[in-house]
Amino acid sequence: MSGQWVQFLASGLTAGSIYALVALGFSIIFNASRVINFAQGEFVMIGGMSAVSLVAAGAPMPLAIAGAVAVAAVVGLLLERLAVGRARSADVVTLIIITIGASIFLRGLAQLVWDKRIHALAPLSGDTPIEFFGATILPQSLWVIGVTIVIVAALSWFFRRTLPGKAMLATACNRTAAQLVGIEVRTVLFASFGLAAALGAAAGVLIAPITFTSYEAGIMLGLKGFAAAILGGIGSFPGAIAGGLLLGLLESLGAGYVSSAYKDVIAFLIILAVLFVRPDGILGAVRSERV
Amino acid sequence: MRSTGSSRHAPRIAAAALAAALCAAAPAVAQEPIRIGSFLAATGPASFLGDPEQKTLEMYVERINASGGVLGRKLQLFVYDSGGSAEKARTFTKRLIEQDKVDLIVGGSTTGETMAAVPLVEQAQVPFVSLAGAVVIVEPVKKWVFKTPHTDRMACEKIFTDMNARKLDKLALISGAGGFDRSMRGECTKVAPKYGIEIVADESYGAADTDMTAQLTKIKGTPGVQAVLNAGFGQGPAIVTKNYAQLGITLPLYQSHGVASKEFIKLAGAAAEGVRLPAAALLVADILPAGNPQKPVVVAYKRDYEERFKSDVSTFGGHAYDGLMLAVEAIKRAGGTDRQKVRDEIEKTKGYVGTGGVVNMGPADHMGLDLSAFQMLEIRNGAWTVVK
Repeated sequence: MSGQWVQFLASGLTAGSIYALVALGFSIIFNASRVINFAQGEFVMIGGMSAVSLVAAGAPMPLAIAGAVAVAAVVGLLLERLAVGRARSADVVTLIIITIGASIFLRGLAQLVWDKRIHALAPLSGDTPIEFFGATILPQSLWVIGVTIVIVAALSWFFRRTLPGKAMLATACNRTAAQLVGIEVRTVLFASFGLAAALGAAAGVLIAPITFTSYEAGIMLGLKGFAAAILGGIGSFPGAIAGGLLLGLLESLGAGYVSSAYKDVIAFLIILAVLFVRPDGILGAVRSERV
Repeated sequence: MRSTGSSRHAPRIAAAALAAALCAAAPAVAQEPIRIGSFLAATGPASFLGDPEQKTLEMYVERINASGGVLGRKLQLFVYDSGGSAEKARTFTKRLIEQDKVDLIVGGSTTGETMAAVPLVEQAQVPFVSLAGAVVIVEPVKKWVFKTPHTDRMACEKIFTDMNARKLDKLALISGAGGFDRSMRGECTKVAPKYGIEIVADESYGAADTDMTAQLTKIKGTPGVQAVLNAGFGQGPAIVTKNYAQLGITLPLYQSHGVASKEFIKLAGAAAEGVRLPAAALLVADILPAGNPQKPVVVAYKRDYEERFKSDVSTFGGHAYDGLMLAVEAIKRAGGTDRQKVRDEIEKTKGYVGTGGVVNMGPADHMGLDLSAFQMLEIRNGAWTVVK
């Protein structure tokens, strides 16, 4: 019985770490622009698929990972420059719709650039499961959890100790004030898309050896990351991490002890529950702040 | 200006039209083509079925015509893309029957499309060979409807026969949420008692689920389980297989014919070792024993398809091959395209060797396949082996 518990916890934490990375991406862009970027899931997909094709082209794993993150970051920056940035004077709902359009476009593009098949990526350190208090854990799960911790630590250093990080935080707190003290708000928005895309891609590369990847892989991960971001309070970095882990654990325990058929339902019930409890809803809160 | 212009041209246009009509009619009198209709899910979510089916139909109609046609008449193919939608399938069936006046229909990639077309072909009395899987298409028997693919019930029966041989009788089921998965789960549950097999666990997972360790941990903890069967399609079964190995479960694992492709071995990697699954002969054309009656057919079809389209052959294209050939054989025996005669001849098909198996139809069996149409495969050293 205890073995089962540990197994569910391990599965939950692995999935939860990924949700947390995706949720962080949502929060970073939300802070910079008040936009919920529904193309966040596609960054995850682009990361995974790029890594797969780089490995297939003969690149060593570390290079493939770096390359995949770079490709996604460039796509993120292009998305800001070519679509979101151009419509900056439009209201937030319009910008969100643009991101939905962008996600559909990127998915279509992925079908053309790559294919419609499902791909596997080799794990970073083998496939031999590790025994752990009666449960068995894949080495890749430890990589996922470990790298997530490192990324979170690096992000918190970035936001607290560096000038660009502080500029992003200042923009999130008060855009007008940030602009008055000389922060280039435009650049912050631009950079936030690159950063969010890089985070998503890291998640995509880490998870691909466990769950495979395909042009459609971003849809569900994007939605789960969104649920996690809402659960933790969108815009809050600790919230995104807590929300991600909590969602992962709830899903895994729910599938284990309640019913496996309703695993995905749990994530969406959470979105609904949070939106109901906060009758303002996310968009409502944004609008009142803008007035 | 315009009106005078057109009236001046009118006689000439009429003459041209008449000439064109005569021109088109002249060879038709001499040699009316055999009109074969088809609606397939060439695009959309079921395009992995419809795409190879359409390619196969077009390639073989071309080949048959190049070698003189059937009964000295050319084949003419009318194909529509239903996108997998039952609604469109109904519309196109109507069009095939009323406008294109086809002699018979070979098509319907999915069960939904097929069932939408069934009332129309029954009413219009057009022979219809479906390429979709479910049992409902031929059970109860419909006078004008036939089908070429195996059913999921046969896959269950093949697996249960193998379990009987290995003296395993307590089975845990894990299945996905898709239509294929659910239908197979239902059929397996239905026929299990016939083989003395008890289903002791029944887990499921979502269509885009990426981690099944929770479900498999539950199965692992269920007392008495002797084997696990995963009714699934797409990436789910590959993840199940990987999770299965991760959890160190050593019970025999069965997969369905839905994942019988090289893709599955590639995705699941080392975890796929020892997995068994039923599959059509076409997939293992190269390793079939020389005495197998299907060997020449599947080897030839595989070679033709792969040479022409530079992509791996799939069983779905094979269903279309079988459908077309069954129809052509029946037309030859009927000596023409009289619908009633063609229907009767399809029903009388005996010993037709196709990619799907050896077909023996009858008034009570409009599919005509038995369990020998499936091979039980085991994955060893990353390759298929046929279980004796």
